[in-house]
Amino acid sequence: MQLTKSEEKTLDGEKGEVCQKAMEILATLGDIYNADKLIEIQSVQVAGVSYKTIGDAGIEFLNDMKGEKVRVPTQLNPAGMDLEHWEKQGVPKKFAKKQKQILEIFKEMNINIKCTCTPYLTGLPHGYGQHLAWSESSAVSYVNSVIGARTNREGGPSALAAALIGKTPNYGYHLKENRKPDITIKVEKELQNSDYGALGRIIGREVGNQVPYYILKSKPNKDELKGLGAAMAATGAVALYHIENQTPENSQFKKPKNTINVTKKQIENEYQGSKENIDLVALGCPHLSPNQLKTIEKLLKNRQTKKETWIFLPREIKNKMQNTVQNITESGAKIITDTCMVVSPLEEIGFKKIMVDSGKAATYIPSMCNAEVTYSNLKECIEVACNEN
Amino acid sequence: MKIKGRGITKGQAHGEILKTNQEISFLGGVDPNTSKITDPNHELLGQKIKNKILVFPGGKGSTVGSYVIYQLKKNNKAPKAIINIETEPIVAVGAVISKIPLIDQINIQKIPNKGKAKINANKGTIETNQNQNQNPEK
Repeated sequence: MQLTKSEEKTLDGEKGEVCQKAMEILATLGDIYNADKLIEIQSVQVAGVSYKTIGDAGIEFLNDMKGEKVRVPTQLNPAGMDLEHWEKQGVPKKFAKKQKQILEIFKEMNINIKCTCTPYLTGLPHGYGQHLAWSESSAVSYVNSVIGARTNREGGPSALAAALIGKTPNYGYHLKENRKPDITIKVEKELQNSDYGALGRIIGREVGNQVPYYILKSKPNKDELKGLGAAMAATGAVALYHIENQTPENSQFKKPKNTINVTKKQIENEYQGSKENIDLVALGCPHLSPNQLKTIEKLLKNRQTKKETWIFLPREIKNKMQNTVQNITESGAKIITDTCMVVSPLEEIGFKKIMVDSGKAATYIPSMCNAEVTYSNLKECIEVACNEN
Repeated sequence: MKIKGRGITKGQAHGEILKTNQEISFLGGVDPNTSKITDPNHELLGQKIKNKILVFPGGKGSTVGSYVIYQLKKNNKAPKAIINIETEPIVAVGAVISKIPLIDQINIQKIPNKGKAKINANKGTIETNQNQNQNPEK
C-alpha cells in the first residue's frame, strides 16, 4: 500500500508510539488485502467494549493506546452492563469495576461513550457513499445495505486505529466492484417482523461472506431490515445485501444467476424452543428503535409482566422517550441501556432459559450466555412475559 | 532450506518449530496464561506455543482473538514468530499489537514438523536446518 509522506512519518513513530501502532495496524491490513492507499472516513464505531468479550488483555491493549484523541466522531458498541443501573441488573461488582475502567479509557480518547449496536439511530455521522469504519456486525450490514455507506467489518483494534488516524485502508466494501451481489435469494412467503430474522439466519449459514440479492414478496420496514442484517451477520459474515426495488444500490448491478429459494417451511423451522420455564424475556437485539419501543408500549398497555422482562435500547432513545419508557416500566418490564442480552454476563446473573424475538440473539445466547433460548415473534414474547406460568 | 513468503509484521526470530495443519482460533482455543492449546478438537491440544515458531494455515473465530494474542505477549507466553499459508485480520492485528514477526503466503508443507527455523519477517524469509534423513529426496 502506498502511504503519503505524512503517513510514512506516523508509521516511523514521529507522532508518538500510539499513532505508530495505530498506523501499523492499518498498514498491515492494507498490505494483506492489497489496498492502494488510506482513505478518509466520516465516523468510527468501535467494538470490543464489554469486559466479557475483551477481558484483561483488552484492558491492557487499551491502556497502551491511551494518550491520543480520536480524529473523527466515534461511538462504542454495547458494554457489558447498564452503566447507571448495573446493580439492579444483578451484575457482579468485580465485573462492573473492570467495565468502568474500560469506559474511562475510551472517554480519555474523546470517544463518545454512547454504547449501542444501532449507532445509526444515535447521531453517528453516516450517509450514502460515505466511507466509515464501523465494527458492530449488524450496524455494518445496516449502514452498507440500507443506507449505502461503505465500511468493512472492522475488528476492535482496527476500528480504534482508524479512529485515531481518521483513515482506513481502501479495500473490500469501500470499492464498488466488491459491492456487487453474488447470489440471488427468492423467498416464497410474505414475511413480517421476526420472519426476517429467521430468513437472515438461514441465509447467513448458506452464503457466509457473500453478498445476497433478495427478491421478496413483502416490503420490509427499516426495523425488519435491521433484524435481517443482524441475523445474517450472526450465522454468517454478511456485510452487505441488496433488496430488489428497495435498497439504494440494488439497480446498479446485474442480478446473479445463481439462486437460492427459501420456502415457508424453512422460515417456520427457524423458530425454536418451548414457552415453558422461561426465566427472562429479552427484547432489543439490535437495540430498539423509537418505533419498536412504541409497539412494545402498545402491547404492554394495561398489563403486568409476570416474568423478568428486559428491554434493551440506546440511552439516548430512553432519555428522549420518557413517557413511553414510564408506561413500559409501569408494566413491570425493565428498560436497560448501554448493553444487550448477548454481551452482558447473563450466565453470572443466573438465567437459564431466555426468550427473544431476534434471530441474532437466538444464535448467540446458547454459546455466549450458556442458556437455552426460545425464539419467537414479539407478540408471543409479550404474551409469555405477562403469563404466570 | 530457504523459503520466501510475504512479511506481514516485521522482526526476526530463531526457535523451535511447532506445526499444525489445522486452523487456530485464539479465543477459546489458546490459554493466554499458560500458552497451552485448549481447543479439545485440535491436534495440538495440550501443547504450549510459548517461544515456538508457530506454523499453521490461518486463524479463525472471534475478533477478540487479537486480544488473546496480546495477552500471551504480556504474559511472556507468546510464540517467537507466526507462519501462515494465508493470514487473516484477527491473527495479523494480534501480531501487530504484540510485535510478533509474521510471514504468510508460505506453503507450510515445505516446513518440517520438527527442528529449528530462522525467521526474517522484514524480508519474508524462513530458513530451516532440515535433517537430511527426514527428507531423503532432497
